[in-house]
Amino acid sequence: MGKKSEVIEREEVVIRFSGDSGDGMQLTGTLFSDTAALFGNDLSTFPDYPAEIRAPQGTVGGVSGFQVHLGHSKINTPGDFSDVLVAMNPAAIKANAKWIKPGGTIIYDEGNFTEKNIEKAGYLKDPISEENLENYNVIAAPISSMVKEALKDFGLDPKSVLRTKNMFALGMVYWLFDRQLKYTEDYFEKKFKNKPGMAEANKVALRAGYYYAETIEALTPTYKILPAEIAKGTYRNINGNSATAWGFMAAAEKAGLDLFIGSYPITPATGILEELAARKDLGVKSFQAEDEIAGICTSLGASFAGHLAVTSTSGPGLALKSEAIGLAVMAELPIVIINVQRGGPSTGLPTKTEQTDLMQALYGRNGECPVVVIASSTPSDCFHFAFEAARIALEHMTPVLLLSDSYLANGTEPWRIPEMKELPKIKPPFADKSEIPFLPYKRDDDKLARKWAIPGIPGLEHRIGGLEKTVKGTVSYVPENHEEMVKLRAEKVARVVHEIPSLEVYGAKTGDLLVVGWGGSYGYLITAVRELQEEGHKVSLVNFNYINPMPWNVKAVFSKFKKIVVCELNMGQFADYLRIKHQEFKYEQLNKIQGLPFTVNDIKEKCIKLLEGK
Amino acid sequence: MTETTVFKYTAKDFKSDQEVRWCPGCGDHAVLSSVQRALAELNISKEKFAFISGIGCSSRFPYYMDTYGFHSIHGRATAIASGVKTANPELSVWQITGDGDALAIGGNHFIHAIRRNIDINIILFNNEIYGLTKGQYSPTSNKGLVTKTSPFGTVEEPFSVGELVIGAKGKFFARTIDTNINLSTQIYIEAAKHKGTSVIEVLQNCVIFNDGIHDTIAEKEVRDDRTLILKHGQPMIFGKNNDKGLILEGCRKLKAVKIGENGITEKNILIHDANEPNPGIQYMLANMKYPEYPVALGVIRSVEGPTYEMSVKEQIEGVKKTSKIKCMDDLLKSGSTWSVG
Repeated sequence: MGKKSEVIEREEVVIRFSGDSGDGMQLTGTLFSDTAALFGNDLSTFPDYPAEIRAPQGTVGGVSGFQVHLGHSKINTPGDFSDVLVAMNPAAIKANAKWIKPGGTIIYDEGNFTEKNIEKAGYLKDPISEENLENYNVIAAPISSMVKEALKDFGLDPKSVLRTKNMFALGMVYWLFDRQLKYTEDYFEKKFKNKPGMAEANKVALRAGYYYAETIEALTPTYKILPAEIAKGTYRNINGNSATAWGFMAAAEKAGLDLFIGSYPITPATGILEELAARKDLGVKSFQAEDEIAGICTSLGASFAGHLAVTSTSGPGLALKSEAIGLAVMAELPIVIINVQRGGPSTGLPTKTEQTDLMQALYGRNGECPVVVIASSTPSDCFHFAFEAARIALEHMTPVLLLSDSYLANGTEPWRIPEMKELPKIKPPFADKSEIPFLPYKRDDDKLARKWAIPGIPGLEHRIGGLEKTVKGTVSYVPENHEEMVKLRAEKVARVVHEIPSLEVYGAKTGDLLVVGWGGSYGYLITAVRELQEEGHKVSLVNFNYINPMPWNVKAVFSKFKKIVVCELNMGQFADYLRIKHQEFKYEQLNKIQGLPFTVNDIKEKCIKLLEGK
Repeated sequence: MTETTVFKYTAKDFKSDQEVRWCPGCGDHAVLSSVQRALAELNISKEKFAFISGIGCSSRFPYYMDTYGFHSIHGRATAIASGVKTANPELSVWQITGDGDALAIGGNHFIHAIRRNIDINIILFNNEIYGLTKGQYSPTSNKGLVTKTSPFGTVEEPFSVGELVIGAKGKFFARTIDTNINLSTQIYIEAAKHKGTSVIEVLQNCVIFNDGIHDTIAEKEVRDDRTLILKHGQPMIFGKNNDKGLILEGCRKLKAVKIGENGITEKNILIHDANEPNPGIQYMLANMKYPEYPVALGVIRSVEGPTYEMSVKEQIEGVKKTSKIKCMDDLLKSGSTWSVG
């Protein structure tokens, strides 16, 4: 490997790959993160792309980005500001200028900074000077012309040649971070198994970038990030959607059931359906339904027939599924509805992240219709909470609504792979012949769960449905019976509190300020709180994963702090929920509704203001 | 269960202990009896039946059957039944629905289940009216029908159930009249035996809101002359005196004719082929309307084809055979991983 004039050892670094949505930035970022993970860095990634598959070329609206945060210590967020920006066109500068650390490195493709593209991005002449970036470490690399030159003997059409630009850029970044090319080269071999020419072309472009960076030596300083100190075990990189899908499959195995997913493609939840559709080898039945409603209804049918049934969706799809969730509540069938939240309302910001479906999850149905609501908080813990959601649904005979979000779904982080023997067995309350004559709504005293009688068992024939009924399953309009059944269904959900862990405090159990979050904001919140703690502030964090029911010890935890601030990517839905459930406390709020996660800065600023009594 | 097992059921074995609450004189009572009779003859163990319904008068049906049953929500029974059958192909799955439930609010699920050819039996009670909501027009109401929501007559074209089924690539379509219990029972048996989505349109009378809607063809005195009961392999002959039939005129249009008139003999009469994959003639039969034609009853179309649930099952079995991933531990360890410590 080449000589490096100045090597800086860093705890952590943030790199952002940015270009047109057709420039292959998602792949470039993914290959870089996988290489970093194999090297042993802890990391967190965040893809940020437009809803249009190919938005108008060269425009700011069409910019697709992939941010990687890697470090020698624990990394919880993809980072606020980038140390290195790779910009494939002027629009990428426009979209990211304010997110580069002062003095950071900017690598851009000179060949793409044409007059036309500069104008399209909204600049007059020179993006770098117009953004006041001259004092940054700016490297104008002739990426387009270099790949043309490097691949001139490959006999490829010009389009295919230019498609390798991202690999040239990746090669440069590998040199900058002193990384091996092997993983990426292996990837080409696999991906282009039947097109050896393309595999070779990509390899040549990658190496050309690497050697170019070495030759110009302009890329100073270079960075050295040592491997992170992490717990022993076998690791893999995983994103939230795959982790969710795997959590469901693990639950099915632990329950001894087949897994059924009825679903309709919707951004950003589609990855879950795709992941499960690929797992026929594990017996998963995936049903791509004609619409969102059929997605949940086919699942509900599979649940009635004795499968672990799940359905995946995002906000607008959850709205369509509401009536069927009500049916699942009434029929008391187990089902997990996973809602990968995105910017709303309506179609909103389909590819951006938000936490705005909390109230919909809790209350968005007709009638008194409680379900268990759980939220995942990191890409990898989506596995755990999908497993838990399935376990609770099956053992308590209730629908469970699992909340994820776009940021978790697409973000990745290294994950210590569990062994299946570490996970608990799941025991659904199956009815057997000892229950004859079978009463479908007879409950156990403990959980209030009814028994699950699977069609096909002689003697357990019974009818269930969406009408109010008696313990026998007979339709009933008796006023007192209705009230009793409503209360029993609510109490059944409330009793799940005995099955969930107590609320954990990150930091001291008493202090000046308690930061309260839920679900996917965890990474930013813990990073901010840790930094505040290091700076000497008496700040702690609680992050809720169990929303309904909430852990039993909320009051005990909250009462030990002088102030409480609830941070969430909405107008204050969880804060309002806390105001209903725990009126005795005063809640400050930090809210952001920009389709983007918090930054660590956002949170720290708010906390310091509150600590200073402002 | 061995193949030789014979279940000695009678219709009574399928009656639940629930009091039947349809209006006296409602056509639903007769459908219930026919279905219970058909099930008794099917030689399928009772616990294997699942009845799924949506919302509407007919959708109370599962409560009256001593089988597994699920009374669901408006329009969605097709999707729920699809899930039940895909999850467990061993079950005999029946969907009970009406013209509003299946063709209005549930239209999307209806056509897609048919397109997929999931082996469910859909009994569609067609009374051309909304009964449970007390008398509004439905997607099968004739144009001009005066109802509570069309006080000046509807301005909408109705669906023809058979046309819709065939258009959605349907492989089994039959039609019967609620009061004809023998014909209905036979059709339900054939539908159950057919592998794939079977749609049975039952011309059913709503005694309260659309009484007598099918009388023009269903009344005892006229029904033989105004309906044609199709039998596979048999000539399309009808009439009280078996003297009427159908011929193909100009190779493109059906014509009702009298045998013995204009030189027409029995040899000229079309032979019914329900198993013909080309739906051309079956489509014309399904769309016949009185008075130009007799209304066709019986199994109009019955064509073999791969079913969704078996294709899913076979695909899973095939992939299981070749994949190296046999359990979750295999999957967890697959692909790019690295060890620490």
